[in-house]
Amino acid sequence: MKILVCISKTPDTTAKIAFTDNNTKFATDGVQWIINPYDEWYALVRAIELKEKDPSTVLHLVTVAGADTDPVIRKALALGGDEAIRVNADSHDSFYIAAQIAEVAKQGNYDLVFTGRETIDYNGSSIGGMVAELLNLPYVALATKFDLNGTTATITREIEGGEEICEASLPLVVSCQKGMAEQRIPNMKGIMGARTKPLKVVEPAATDALTTIVGFELPPAKAGVKLIPADNPAELVRLLHEEAKMI
Amino acid sequence: MSVLIYIDQADGHVKKASLEALSYGAKVAAQLGTTAEGVVLGTVTEDLAALGKYGVKKIHHVSNDTLNHFDAQVFTAVIAQAVTAANATVVIFSNNVDGKAIAPRLSARLKAGLVSGAVALPDTSNGFVVKKNVFSGKAFANIGLNSAIKIISLNPNSYKVEAGEGTAEVAALNATVEASKVKVTKVNKVTGEVPLSEAEIVVSGGRGLKGPENWGLVEELAHLLHAATACSRPVADVHWRPHHEHVGQTGLAIAPNLYIAIGISGAIQHLAGVNRSKVIVVINKDPEAPFFKAADYGIVGDAFEVVPKIIEAVKKLKGVA
Ligand SMILES: Cc1cc2nc3c(=O)[nH]c(=O)nc-3n(C[C@H](O)[C@H](O)[C@H](O)COP(=O)(O)OP(=O)(O)OC[C@H]3O[C@@H](n4cnc5c(N)ncnc54)[C@H](O)[C@@H]3O)c2cc1C
Repeated sequence: MKILVCISKTPDTTAKIAFTDNNTKFATDGVQWIINPYDEWYALVRAIELKEKDPSTVLHLVTVAGADTDPVIRKALALGGDEAIRVNADSHDSFYIAAQIAEVAKQGNYDLVFTGRETIDYNGSSIGGMVAELLNLPYVALATKFDLNGTTATITREIEGGEEICEASLPLVVSCQKGMAEQRIPNMKGIMGARTKPLKVVEPAATDALTTIVGFELPPAKAGVKLIPADNPAELVRLLHEEAKMI
Repeated sequence: MSVLIYIDQADGHVKKASLEALSYGAKVAAQLGTTAEGVVLGTVTEDLAALGKYGVKKIHHVSNDTLNHFDAQVFTAVIAQAVTAANATVVIFSNNVDGKAIAPRLSARLKAGLVSGAVALPDTSNGFVVKKNVFSGKAFANIGLNSAIKIISLNPNSYKVEAGEGTAEVAALNATVEASKVKVTKVNKVTGEVPLSEAEIVVSGGRGLKGPENWGLVEELAHLLHAATACSRPVADVHWRPHHEHVGQTGLAIAPNLYIAIGISGAIQHLAGVNRSKVIVVINKDPEAPFFKAADYGIVGDAFEVVPKIIEAVKKLKGVA
């Protein structure tokens, strides 16, 4: 069994969101970078659990990013995984990134590719589907559970107002979200071990991006809260009905 | 040339998110001086011609039993054939669970640029630029698409359903349908509840409610308002409420018309998932709770005293005994 987990770095959830260069670039000054929570808590931890169940499993991580991402990748390796591959390119176009991951996946002949459901910065939810299409593999998005029995996977995915349980044979691509696994904290042994795990750097395959970022905008500020006295909640209901026309 | 809208259905019924996508697609078509067409997969019980009132002229219907179960790979291949049949240059999806699975596949297949999570009509004054949500609702990005075919995946609750007059021509599309490799074995629907992602009103509870036994307040208010229920992350983490109710940066991002937060502090990660709600009401006993800064209406008070009074007032308003 060979598993590939896609890892992205994202700004810390409390990072200040601001832009520079005439609102065309995210202002990275002072920003702490973390592993995208969906990639870490759900995709990576579930893959580690599968490896713990079947220690012959080979677990690789892949990221498409510049060298400044190496510390984040080492953090992921501290949780688990045998080695990481970094495709040395900086891009925010999902298709470009997916094409690089698909190339790595093809070369490595993986049985299973895991991604997080989306990154918390670009919120694309696109990489998994694109990689699956480029590899011509089945894709289950927004999975909340994943179990393996030999080469048959049983997967639960979110649907509107419920969940759907399905079966598929490996190889396949899955995007992971809450329910898949519980967040883990790396231990000292993991952190020490991660330093010596291989981090291979490969050059990107020639691919054209399909989108460009023209610019960013911040949402308009709220006008301010209208406070209603606690002894008169009926006034809130009146305002929601007559002023906001919401109920 | 046309704008093709993917009409998502479940159990034969067109989803609300698809009506938004239809209305949006019709507007994009008008903007480009072309027509809007739709594509539906699987058996439908609804009158498809009637969808013409949302502005689509023609609906391509592929009815094949294989398509009554969702498989992103199979669906993508069929939709690609509809793109050819409609000679579409723009394809619209709803950015819902199925849209998130198919739109990226179609993008890679057709080498068509994708904007997922669009929140506004494209700006075609200089190229083709679509505004989308980024940083989990904390900002927007304007994305330029240069490919011959362009795909837009529209965030639910971002575009108003616009119904007018008209009927659509319904044409059977004779598409090649591959065998599905993903076998659906079971569907568990939470019946009777409003799905959170589609809800216009959401009532949400946080750790301030002290324990799962107190959720009757949230549920009763939600029921009266035909609202969905949601919660903050710690509430789902300790299993007071199911995981699928967790909203925020690492849960579901929602944009209802009205979001009522009870006993939730309004941490930045929580706000990220809900700040696109049109009106936010906060009930919290701490006047310093950060949520008040993001709210439209607020009550500083104890939820256990305030919420029952709100329930009474809503009952009076709705004429419920
Ligand atoms: C990486 C990361 C990702 C995260 N993602 C998310 C996410 O997606 N969603 C999310 O929600 N959180 C998320 N969090 C957690 C977030 O930081 C907060 O811890 C969480 O939102 C707090 O939940 P809460 O408001 O329910 O609880 P608390 O912060 O404990 O707040 C409880 C509130 O209830 C009020 N209260 C208490 N008693 C009463 C009463 N009787 N009547 C009225 N009010 C009362 C208190 O004044 C307080 O404001 C994330 C954190 C991290 C680090």
